[in-house]
Amino acid sequence: MAVKDYIRERFFPHIWCQGCGHGIVMNAMLRAIDSLAMSKNEIVMVSGIGCSSRISGYLDFHTLHTLHGRALAFATGVKMSLPALNIIVPMGDGDALAIGGNHFIHAARRNIDLTAIVMNNRIYGMTGGQFSPLSGFGTKETTAPYGNIDHTFDISALSIAAGATFVARTTAYHVQQLTELIKSGILHEGFSVIEVMSQCPTYFGRKNKLGGAVEMLRQFKEITTPKGSKAKQANPELIERGILHQTEQPEYCNSYEQMTALAQKGK
Amino acid sequence: MVKPILKEHLINRDWCKGCGICVAFCPKNVLELDKDEKVFAARPEDCICCKQCELRCPDLAIEILTE
Repeated sequence: MAVKDYIRERFFPHIWCQGCGHGIVMNAMLRAIDSLAMSKNEIVMVSGIGCSSRISGYLDFHTLHTLHGRALAFATGVKMSLPALNIIVPMGDGDALAIGGNHFIHAARRNIDLTAIVMNNRIYGMTGGQFSPLSGFGTKETTAPYGNIDHTFDISALSIAAGATFVARTTAYHVQQLTELIKSGILHEGFSVIEVMSQCPTYFGRKNKLGGAVEMLRQFKEITTPKGSKAKQANPELIERGILHQTEQPEYCNSYEQMTALAQKGK
Repeated sequence: MVKPILKEHLINRDWCKGCGICVAFCPKNVLELDKDEKVFAARPEDCICCKQCELRCPDLAIEILTE
């Protein structure tokens, strides 16, 4: 099966800007699903609002395009009623961690078997380039023309602290690794978070004079390093890529099923 | 592993937005943008079918067909 068999071709070319990283993430996601030989019928894609969330409209799975920040809440509902399905939740940084911040930490805490792919482009692209909680101190955005004074979350550290049992990070440049991480995230039983550093050349790149898509991708290559590498020891500023955390915990739907059986048996 | 032989660069001109990612990351400098800012294979004989362009295309606009 080719990648094109998983898309709704009638909606192409997609609305994302020239060189948008979200398209690369979609490309890698389709390759991951293709290599797992999954049928379209066993996948549900649930998204919220934003550039990244448009992804659910382009893909030919069961798809839900829901409320801003609430994708994980809807996904929890789908998973609880039909636990056999694989649920993938593509989210933007603002959607996941600002508007949906509470849903995010609690989905992680419950360890429900969802795969959250956080496409972190550090800005609200669709609405015109406002700063997001991931923009970072000193960066420039439409709503912070003299520089942003907000500090960022560390998505991976936050996810680990909140209880996610699979946490990984990579970038839109490292496509092979991205495909592998999405595969591992889907196969992991429990809440999986895959942070993908993605480029927004239209707003974040332009406002911060980072160049176009090509220059931004080259920068991802320069500022990241594989987890546990010697380069990280020499230069602690580098951002680590790879599986950052993986552990086994009871999965929420399994626990719920066991509890239901126990309750039905009576005391 | 058998070395893949290139059949063609299948390029969807309607979907290509001319971002130049494939051109920049091709290790053999096979691709170029034309006057309409659409990608084309300028030196297909140099292609090693590594598919770096296909994997990185945000628009699913390029595919490497092999024999």
